[in-house]
Amino acid sequence: MRPLTFTLLATLLLLTFPARAGNDWMPPVRDATVQKECGTCHMAFQPGFLPARSWTRMMGSLSDHFGEDASLPDDKTEIIRNYLTANAGDVVNWGRAARYMQWVAPGGTPQRITENPDFLRKHRFPESVWKNPKVVTKSNCVACHSGAERGLYE
Amino acid sequence: MIRRLMLAAAVAALPVVALAGDARRDAILADYAAKARAADKGFSAFSAQRGETLFRTKWTGGDARTSSCTACHTANPRQPGQNAKTGRPIEPVAVSVNPKRFTDPATVEKQFTRDCRSVLGRDCTPLEKGDYITFMAGQ
Ligand code: HEC
Ligand code: HEC
Ligand code: HEC
Repeated sequence: MRPLTFTLLATLLLLTFPARAGNDWMPPVRDATVQKECGTCHMAFQPGFLPARSWTRMMGSLSDHFGEDASLPDDKTEIIRNYLTANAGDVVNWGRAARYMQWVAPGGTPQRITENPDFLRKHRFPESVWKNPKVVTKSNCVACHSGAERGLYE
Repeated sequence: MIRRLMLAAAVAALPVVALAGDARRDAILADYAAKARAADKGFSAFSAQRGETLFRTKWTGGDARTSSCTACHTANPRQPGQNAKTGRPIEPVAVSVNPKRFTDPATVEKQFTRDCRSVLGRDCTPLEKGDYITFMAGQ
């Protein structure tokens, strides 16, 4: 009985671990400045969802950020730009990040994760779902994925 | 006897601690007070009542989704709020339930700039900022 349970557990672990850590896991934000400054209005999105050139463009236009003034002092902007570009989707280029990068046009600088075809394919919900007062907008990942900030999307 | 004395001392100290608040918040308020006085020699003190009016008024100069501070911070500052633009939850802003509030000058200034532009369509004055913090410190 004991060895059987153990084997079962080990098999389960083997089965689920590669699926999580290998393919579907999106490395979370580990930089405190990014977490604080880019996680105030919405969750701090993982840099792996966009290519480095997208982040460079975004960090150069924070005073008009989706209609918001998200400007920061230069030193903070610099730290955040460095982190996002060093961990961007085309740099990681593996697992889920690689799947998102497949859809990005060469040289393209998309600014939205929620317009990537890989995102759209998995989120074909009726309008009423997006209008739910707990959800408000597609970019509110945490409303539906409780592990989103840790990079877990299931 | 000693125990009773200590108890009495502790009880006596309690309200003082609660009233004195946080030295960092006091410093932020003192800074706004100096600026308010520079702008208007008639300035005497911040008013929690004016702060509450600022908090509850429906303004017309800003973003239609956020015509009032209550759009994100809710009508009851002791309750958690929710960002009307992004859906992200916001911790309560009343100092009694969230003592960290208004203790980091850079954060306070950054949020006043963002939130006043979003709601009023302009920057808040030092007087308005001091009134707002005074209102929240009593909540
Ligand atoms: C002042 C508030 C604010 C701050 C600060 C802020 N953002 Fe945003 N951000 C927004 C809003 C509002 C949207 C649009 C949300 C929507 O339409 O769903 C947005 C959208 C985004 C999106 C696109 C989401 C999507 O739909 O795929 C990304 C990526 C993003 N922000 C990254 C950042 C980064 C990086 C930072 C830090 C430098 C940051 N944001 C700081 C308010 C902010
Ligand atoms: C309204 C709820 C909702 C919101 C908001 C939402 N998602 Fe999802 N998401 C889902 C559901 C439900 C699924 C599963 C769909 C399926 O398996 O076909 C899903 C699937 C996914 C997947 C695929 C998971 C897998 O198994 O491969 C990813 C990645 C993902 N979401 C990322 C995001 C990101 C990033 C955001 C925010 C920018 C977000 N989601 C916002 C509900 C949501
Ligand atoms: C669009 C949503 C939104 C609106 C409207 C809004 N706020 Fe905020 N406010 C936030 C967010 C997000 C934070 C930062 C998150 C946090 O501190 O929990 C914040 C924090 C603050 C802080 C910093 C508090 C601290 O911790 O020191 C101040 C000051 C503030 N708001 C003032 C105002 C005032 C004044 C108004 C109305 C004129 C207002 N807010 C309206 C979203 C909003």
